[in-house]
Amino acid sequence: MSVATTAPLPLRPTRLGVVRVAGAAVLLVAAVVAGVLVGAADLGPARVLGEVVAQLSGGVSPLTSQEAAILWQIRVPRVVLAALVGAALAASGAAFQSVFRNPLADPYLLGAAAGAGLGATLVVVAAPSVTGWLIGPLPLAAFAGALGGVALAWLLGRSAGPGTASLVLAGVAVSAFLTAIQTFVQQANTETFREVYSFILGSLATAGWGEVLVLLPYVTVAALVLVACARLLDVLAVGDEEAAALGIRPGRVRLLLVLAASLATAAAVAVSGLIGFVGIVVPHLVRLLVAGSYRVVLPLSLLGGAAFLVGADILARTVLAPAELPIGVVTAFTGAPFFALVLRTTRGGAP
Amino acid sequence: MTGLSLRDVGAAYRGRTVLTGVSTTVAPGGWLAVIGPNGAGKSTLLKAVAGLIAHNGSVLLDGTELTTLPPRRRARAIAYAPQNPLLPPGLTVTDYALLGRTPHLRPLGREGAADLSVVAGVLQRLDLGGLAERSLSTLSGGEAQRAVLARALAQQSDVVLLDEPTTGLDVGHAQALLELVDRLRTEDGVTVLTTLHDLTLAGQYAGSLLLLDDGHPVAQGPPGEVLTDETVERHYHAHVTVLGTGGATAVLPVRRDAQPPERGGRDAGVPPSPSDVSETDSPPARSDSPSGGEPASAAGSSRPRRASSR
Repeated sequence: MSVATTAPLPLRPTRLGVVRVAGAAVLLVAAVVAGVLVGAADLGPARVLGEVVAQLSGGVSPLTSQEAAILWQIRVPRVVLAALVGAALAASGAAFQSVFRNPLADPYLLGAAAGAGLGATLVVVAAPSVTGWLIGPLPLAAFAGALGGVALAWLLGRSAGPGTASLVLAGVAVSAFLTAIQTFVQQANTETFREVYSFILGSLATAGWGEVLVLLPYVTVAALVLVACARLLDVLAVGDEEAAALGIRPGRVRLLLVLAASLATAAAVAVSGLIGFVGIVVPHLVRLLVAGSYRVVLPLSLLGGAAFLVGADILARTVLAPAELPIGVVTAFTGAPFFALVLRTTRGGAP
Repeated sequence: MTGLSLRDVGAAYRGRTVLTGVSTTVAPGGWLAVIGPNGAGKSTLLKAVAGLIAHNGSVLLDGTELTTLPPRRRARAIAYAPQNPLLPPGLTVTDYALLGRTPHLRPLGREGAADLSVVAGVLQRLDLGGLAERSLSTLSGGEAQRAVLARALAQQSDVVLLDEPTTGLDVGHAQALLELVDRLRTEDGVTVLTTLHDLTLAGQYAGSLLLLDDGHPVAQGPPGEVLTDETVERHYHAHVTVLGTGGATAVLPVRRDAQPPERGGRDAGVPPSPSDVSETDSPPARSDSPSGGEPASAAGSSRPRRASSR
C-alpha cells in the first residue's frame, strides 16, 4: 500500500452522458412512432405520415375527417398517456428502491395500489356515473385512495420507529387491510366484478387529452424532483446513519422523495388503473444494462419506462383486435421473460 | 482548546442508559481507541460523537460544540464509518468515494473539478486507483474496508471516527489498514477515534485507550497502563496474559485449562513461544475432569469462543 506520487488519477465517475440519453430517446421515439402508426383502424403508415405533414404544412390530408379524428383524438393521446404513465411508474419505482433500500420495492409498496383499488371499487359500487367533468369520479377516488393508502402507511410506519423497515411493514399491513375492505365491498356487489377487475388490471382504453392534461403536471413535477435528487438517492442507499454522517437529513429527504413519487403514482393509477411490473422491471433493466448510480438509473427509467409502456400498449390493443388485452397482462407477459433473460446474461448489479 | 474534547457524554436507548460520564480529550493528530467487551457502549459513543444519536454532555472540536452545528457543517468536521457499512452494489468505487463530498456540495449540487481531484488523491493514497471503476459488489473484504475509508477521507474532516475498521480482515489486511490510518494521522494531522475489538492491535496503534464496561469509562490512558492482566480479566471476563516487548503490548488469550505460560511480565524480553499459549493448535494433555468450574468460554479477546471443541 505505497503512497504513489505519480500524476493524479484520471477519475471517471458514472455520468449520464449524451450517448445514453440519446439511446433511450431513440427508443422512446421509435415506440411513439410505432404507437401512432399501429392500431385497430388501418389508417396506413403512409397516410398517417401524410396527415402529420399536412398538419405541419397546412396542406391537404390523405385522411378523411373521421380517420383524422381517430388519429388525433384517440390514438395520439393514448400513446402520450402511455408514455407519461410508464415514465411515472418507472421513475417512482426507482426512487422507492433507493429510499427503502429494497430491490423489490415498487411504487405500490406503501399501499397506493390497495388504496386506489378501494377508492375505485367504492365509486363503481356506490356513485352514479357523472358526465361533463374533466375527470370522472372513479379516477378521483383512485387518486385519493392511493394517496390515502400511502399516508396511512407513512403515519403508521413513523409511529413504529425510524428507519425503512417499519415503513415497509406498515405498507404491508395497510395494503392487506385496504384490500380486505375492497374485496368485501366487491363480494357484496358481484355485478361490479367486471368493471373493478378491468381497473385492477390496468387499461389505457379510455385515454383522451383530458387524462393527459390531468397527469402531465404531476409527472412533470415528480420527474423534476426525482432527477434533481438523483445524487441524494445514491447517498440514501448507503444507509440512514451514513447519510446523516454525510450531512443530509435522511428522514426529510425520504419524505420528499416518497411524496413526489406517490403523487405521480396516484395520478398514473387514476388514469390507467393498476399497471404492475413497470416500476420494478424498468429500473432493474437500466441497472443491469447501463449502470447502478441513480444519476443514470433515474433519468433512463423515465425514458425507458415511457418507451416500455408505449410498446406494451401497442400489443395490448393489437393482439386481440378489436378486443383489448389488459395492459398489466402485457407488461408482465413481455417484461418477465425479457427481464429473466437480462438477469441471466448480465452479472448481477441489482441493489 | 484544540483537538476533540468530550465532556460527560452519555446516551440512552429506549429509556435505558447505555453510556454515561465519558470525558476525554484527543489532541490533533492523536489516536484514541475505545475498547471494551461487547455491549459496553463503544459504538454508541462513536455515534454520539458523530451526532447520529441523541446524547447529553458536550462534544467539542477546537472549542466548538458539535451538537449544535447544522448537519452539513458537522459532516465537514467529522467523518464516520460504521462497523457494517452498506455498500450499494451498483456503485463503483469512484462513485462511492465521491459520496464523501456531499457535505461540501450545495444542496442538490454536483461535484466539481476540485471534488474530483480530492477523491482522485484519496483513491491513489489508499491504493485504490486500480479498482476505481470496479463495482463495490466485486471487492474483497480488505478492498471494501479501504473503499469505506476512502469515502470517509473524501470528507476532508479533521476528525475520523472508525467503528471496528478491521472487522472481517485477516491479520495482514488489518495491519495494513491500521498503518494507513496511522500515516494519515501523522502526515495529515487527522484526529482518529476508533473502536477496536483486538486489544493487541489497539495497544500497538492507538496513542491512548479508553476502556468502557457496561456504559461506564473504567480505565483510560496509554496502552501500557490500561492493558493489564487484571483489567482485561475483570472487564472482559477473559483469561489473558499481557506481554510487553519494547513498548509493544500484546494481549494473549490463554485457555483456562492450559498450563500457565511462562509469565514474562510487561518488560520481559521474550514472549512465550506460540505453541505454549495457542488456543487450538496444540492442546495440552487434558485430564478427564475439566479444570476449575469455569465455563469454557470468553477466552477470546472479546468474542465469546469455545475453548475446546474437539
